[in-house]
Parts: sequence; structure tokens; C-alpha cells
Amino acid sequence: MAENKKWMPRWFYQMASPRWSYEIMGKLMPWFAIPAAVLLVLGIAWALAFAPQDYQQGNSFRIIYIHVPSAILAQSCYMLMAVAGAIGLIWKMKVADMVAKSCAPIGATMAILALATGAIWGKPTWGSWWVWDARLTSMLILLFLYLGVIALHSAFESEATAAQATAVLALVGLVNIPIIKYSVEWWNTLHQPATFTLTERPAMPAEMWVPLLIMVIGFYCFFAVSLMMRTRNEIIHRERRASWVRELIEKQ
Amino acid sequence: MNPKRKQRLIIVLFIVFGVGIAVGLTMFALSQNINLFYSPTQIVNGEAPEHTRIRAGGMVVEGSVTRDPNSLKVSFGMTDYAESVTVEYTGILPDLFREGQGIVAQGVMDEAGIFQASEVLAKHDENYMPPEVAEALEKAGNMPKPEAEEFNK
Repeated sequence: MAENKKWMPRWFYQMASPRWSYEIMGKLMPWFAIPAAVLLVLGIAWALAFAPQDYQQGNSFRIIYIHVPSAILAQSCYMLMAVAGAIGLIWKMKVADMVAKSCAPIGATMAILALATGAIWGKPTWGSWWVWDARLTSMLILLFLYLGVIALHSAFESEATAAQATAVLALVGLVNIPIIKYSVEWWNTLHQPATFTLTERPAMPAEMWVPLLIMVIGFYCFFAVSLMMRTRNEIIHRERRASWVRELIEKQ
Repeated sequence: MNPKRKQRLIIVLFIVFGVGIAVGLTMFALSQNINLFYSPTQIVNGEAPEHTRIRAGGMVVEGSVTRDPNSLKVSFGMTDYAESVTVEYTGILPDLFREGQGIVAQGVMDEAGIFQASEVLAKHDENYMPPEVAEALEKAGNMPKPEAEEFNK
């Protein structure tokens, strides 16, 4: 195998440079921050004030506009964490480790938000805050995986060892993602089937799912911004002895 | 890709697929235990354990709900379109409880073959719709109903 053959596009190797990553993230951030603010404000206003209520659940249905985006994000964030962890393991890329580390608290927050809104929604509709069905339980396991990743990371003195250990844990936990997704199809659950799927039109009318889609995209943009902020922070912290970071600090 | 990286890539893939297969087989073996509830068909066929607390899920049969005028006691039929079971419950039902609605009840089968529920939960589907749409569908007789597979997985 040719030693100098490049397997990945150029930006992939550039990403290995903390300085390049720091700068590109600084440039990209406004492109996500503004859409995040616009979409979330628009989506929330539309969802709470203008979207119709549900014929069975009335207004309590509106919690879906927080519940579904946060649940989707919690899973996407986990996948990103595992992929970044794998890149860190294989290519020994420090920035990938930092991205993986930054994902965990955001994902854990999203998982808590999804579980909490789900419980609040469950009480008036199902009649129970919590049921040990496959969907709810696997989502709780996702939260524990996030907490495990955070705890494991802080248990190591060395950042490199911590990154390796957490990447392995994240990869092992990856098996939970398809379980969450298909739990409502494989087993009898109290939880209803998926609201959004990639292949089919949503079962609900457009005036209900368009604001939901706006919220999902808004959540993704918000996630991108907070991930970049955390990663930039992490880069500055870990590269604090590098000359370019010193220069950056002196400039301010 | 240099050999070192290639080797690490193989290890990563091995972890992901190894764990995936192991967990997949475990889940497959345990699938009956992961189901939240038994369907009326399973109960009628004797697949559900007797004299212990179980959960049963199905659709409330249209026109089967009878309320005792002097107490909170209700009785209704629960079906998965193949078989049905009579359920008795004393207490307050969830707001979403109605005929044609999916429910999950927890309780015990008594000697008479009636399911004595201690808890009734409403199950709803992903067909959210505004009240006007629901009314129009109702009039046209096109209201989506939970399917039999919903209760028999």
C-alpha cells in the first residue's frame, strides 16, 4: 500500500491541525448561529401559537415540538461522538478526540430533555409518567451511556488515554442506537411509532409537521453551534502552550 | 492507509460488529420478555402466564364499554381483531380512553376468563391531526384505526 496515498479528502487531514480547526470553526459558527436563532424562534412561535391542536390530545400534543427534536438530536449526537471517537482511535487525531469529548455533555442534555418532556407528555396522554417499555428503557440507557462516557473521561489523568477509553465505550454503546430506533417496530410498546421517517411522508398534516421540521433543523443548527463552541474551548485549553494560542490571547 | 491505521480500523469494526451481533442475538432470544404486553390472541391461546400480574394490550371494542352507575367500575372488550378479552377495571381512566382506542392494561386473568385490571394506560398512534380533519375523516368513515400488528409483534 502506497504510504503517501491519501484516503480521505484534504480537509480531513487539515482537521488534524488544531489551529486550522479552531479557525474554520470560528468562521463557520455564524452560519449556524443565525439560522439556529431564527429557526428556533420561528418554530416555537409557530408550534405553540399557530399549529392546530390534536383532535385527541388537545394542546398537550404541542410538547412534541420539543420532545421529537431533542430525541433525534440525542441519537445523532451519540453517533457523531462514536464516529469522532473511532477517527481518534484510528488516525490518532487530537481534534477528533476533542470533538468526541465535547459531544457527551450536549448529548446527555438532549437525552435528559427528551426523557423529561416524554414523561410530562406521558402523564396526561397515557396516564403514566414512566413505563418500562423498550423505547423508554433504551432511551434511558442512552442517557446512562452519555453519563458513563463523561465519568470515564474524567477518571483518567491523561487526555490521550481518556480519549481512547471513552471512544471504545462510545463504540460499544453504538449498538443501542438501532435498538432505540426500531424498538417500536420490533416489540410491543406503549410508545407510538416514529413521527418522522426518511422514507415516508409523516402521518400528520403539513400544518403540524412543517413547524416540527423547522424545530428539528433549528435544534441541529443549535447543536452545531454549541459543539463548535465547546470544541474551540477544548482546543484552546489543550493547546495553551502552543505559540499560536499565546499570540491569540495576547492580541485580545 | 498505513498498516497501523488499517489494523486499528479493523479493531474498531470488530468492536462495533462483534457487539452488534452479540446484542442482536441476546435481544432475539429475549424478544418475548422485551414486549411490554401480551395481545388478546396470546392470552386466549394460553401463551400468557396465569395467576400472575401481566400487561395486556389491544383496542377497546366499539360499543363494549359499560359503566356501573353506582361506582367507578367499568367493563369493556379488548381486541386485536383476531381474539378478544373482557377487561374489568375500577378507577379513573386516562383522558384518551375511548372506544376504538389502543390501551395497555395491567392486571390478572381471573377464573372466569375476565382480565381484572389494576391500571389502564392509553396508547395513541402517530396519526396526529387537527379536530376539523378528524371530524371530516370520521364523517367519511376513513378514520385511521390501530392495526392488528400494532398489538402482535
